[in-house]
Amino acid sequence: MTSMDFLLLTKGPLFQIAIAIFALGMLVRLVEIFALGRPHNYAAARGGQLIPGLKTVYKRFNPDPGTFKRAPFDVIVGIIWHIGFVVALLLFIPHIELIKSMFGVTWPGLPNPVVDAVTAITLFALLATLIHRLTHPVKKFLSTPEDYLIWTVTFLPVLTGYLAYHRLINPYPLALGLHILAAEIFLIVLPFTKLTHIFTAFVARWYNGAIFGRKGVQS
Amino acid sequence: MTEFSLERGLNALREEMDAPVASFFSSCVHCGLCATACPFYVETGDPKYTPIHKLEPMRLLWEQEYTLWGKLKSKLGLGKQVTDEMLEEWEPLLYDSCSMCGRCSMVCPVGNDIHYMIRKAREGMVASGHAPEGLIAASVRAVNTGSPMGLQWKTLDVQIKHVETATDLEVPIDKQGADYLVLLSSMEIINFPEYLEAITKIFDHAGVSWTLSQQCFEATNAGIQIGSKDIAATLVQRVVDAAESLGVKNVISPECGHAYTAIRWEGPNAIKRAYPFKVFHIIEVLDQLRAAGRIKTEGKEMDRLSMHDPCNLARKSGVIQQQRSLMDLVADNFVDLEEHGKFQWCCGAGGGVSSNERAEELKMAAFKRKKAQIEQVEPERMVTMCATCRTQLEEGLEEFNMDIPVVGLTEMIADHLVERDKPDDAAAKAGG
Ligand code: SF4
Ligand code: SF4
Repeated sequence: MTSMDFLLLTKGPLFQIAIAIFALGMLVRLVEIFALGRPHNYAAARGGQLIPGLKTVYKRFNPDPGTFKRAPFDVIVGIIWHIGFVVALLLFIPHIELIKSMFGVTWPGLPNPVVDAVTAITLFALLATLIHRLTHPVKKFLSTPEDYLIWTVTFLPVLTGYLAYHRLINPYPLALGLHILAAEIFLIVLPFTKLTHIFTAFVARWYNGAIFGRKGVQS
Repeated sequence: MTEFSLERGLNALREEMDAPVASFFSSCVHCGLCATACPFYVETGDPKYTPIHKLEPMRLLWEQEYTLWGKLKSKLGLGKQVTDEMLEEWEPLLYDSCSMCGRCSMVCPVGNDIHYMIRKAREGMVASGHAPEGLIAASVRAVNTGSPMGLQWKTLDVQIKHVETATDLEVPIDKQGADYLVLLSSMEIINFPEYLEAITKIFDHAGVSWTLSQQCFEATNAGIQIGSKDIAATLVQRVVDAAESLGVKNVISPECGHAYTAIRWEGPNAIKRAYPFKVFHIIEVLDQLRAAGRIKTEGKEMDRLSMHDPCNLARKSGVIQQQRSLMDLVADNFVDLEEHGKFQWCCGAGGGVSSNERAEELKMAAFKRKKAQIEQVEPERMVTMCATCRTQLEEGLEEFNMDIPVVGLTEMIADHLVERDKPDDAAAKAGG
């Protein structure tokens, strides 16, 4: 198999399979959650649920001052790499073109050197989170193989993207193929691991805000 | 409580699974931030006290039975099973090291309401026979005698007589159609008899129509602390029966945070119907009276005062501003702790920790967070509005040789009431 064949494989059938597993898997996960429902609450409400729920969805991007003081590393590095990941994913022009070809929607991207810098920062931040996970007593204690697996499948697309962009792997079709493969692994793994938080965290935050909101507290 | 077994425990847990729980377990990324929110972790530094870890048995069951992937894994014989040994190991984590303060739920970046799940997980612990002895004993006493401390009406009656002599006022008992049914907590009756005297004075001053009920005076609910819906329902039903037979429109929960969440939020769900009356914490009622101009005070406390918000009242029930408005009325030099209101730190004694002798050491460890907060502000006295918090603050401050008395807010208000003309005095004056 030439590097071109490999690229075509990753761009063609493998990509289709990955998208299908991701979409179907995620759908099952969400159905599994919502199908459980919520029991009727007989206690007289003090406040609403909808708006407090939405506010909590937003507020957890922005931790309370006490938490920031007690865990500044988690907050800063966590925010940096999450933003970096999303910027590289959604504002890199070739990615936007791919999305346009698939869904027909488009938006402006950032200049390549900017995305490049963001990617480099994201890689460092991700490495820092790994070191933190391996050394911080609570994180080390909580971590399971799954946590290291999802770190790896998150790190690889960023890393291979960076290597491909800088032509550090040759030939180029191989580099690009590896990047696409890494993204596919990410998509396939997502519904079966806590990577689901990409979607379910919004659900969880809403429920949290709704449960507290009903009692008159903005959580 | 009949037979306990692993299967019953697992069934109880299954009953507790709902969409929020599934979304929470699906979202945890093991970041560990919830640990930084928990006084039991912060003051011991032991990672096993990380809030989400306390839910591992429930999470395992959820994964195995409520996710396709988990079902597949357990079919293939992969993954751990929830066993009796596991539940036994988790018993101290779910009871001794958790006051159900709910602070972790405010902090988790993915939005997990961890304390919501801890409450649920305890149902499984009780049904499988893994609840702490102290809490079982309290529950049995509550069911059998009406009070978790085994206190009887005659003890309260003695206190009522004292109050009546001291105040020259009547303490209304079983008064049909009163506006408010006043409940008490045994802890309060024993440790802080001042409370009953204080509300007797305040309600007389404000002209509130109220009553106690011989049928049911206890507001706390051991069933909710231990995690047994059946016991909870039995105990709540007593309050509802008493309120209905007296035909009251409102029920007042005493200076006890737990009792308030128990009756206000959990009670209707325990008996599966809405109440025909409203439930208020005494602080809410006092603040309503204040706002309506029915409480007239004179003079102010001049020393430096700070306040401990009971978790159940503030973070878990949204009563935050009321106590501050009341403080304004009677305190000249009030300063809040740095993290207060919905972000306050637990005193360490809630959620059944104080009824669980085994947890004594952890309870004092968790108190150190509160102590640090108090040291930062250096008040001359602390004010609070929960008998459990107050007892814990008093014991804790004494343990660390800090000479800071703790006062109940209701009493403090009662101390500043403007003497009201007695109706007969007024009549005498008018006549003379
Ligand atoms: S803070 Fe939330 S996401 Fe982080 S470990 Fe705790 S429960 Fe999990
Ligand atoms: S509810 Fe409070 S005590 Fe319990 S785990 Fe959460 S932070 Fe800790």
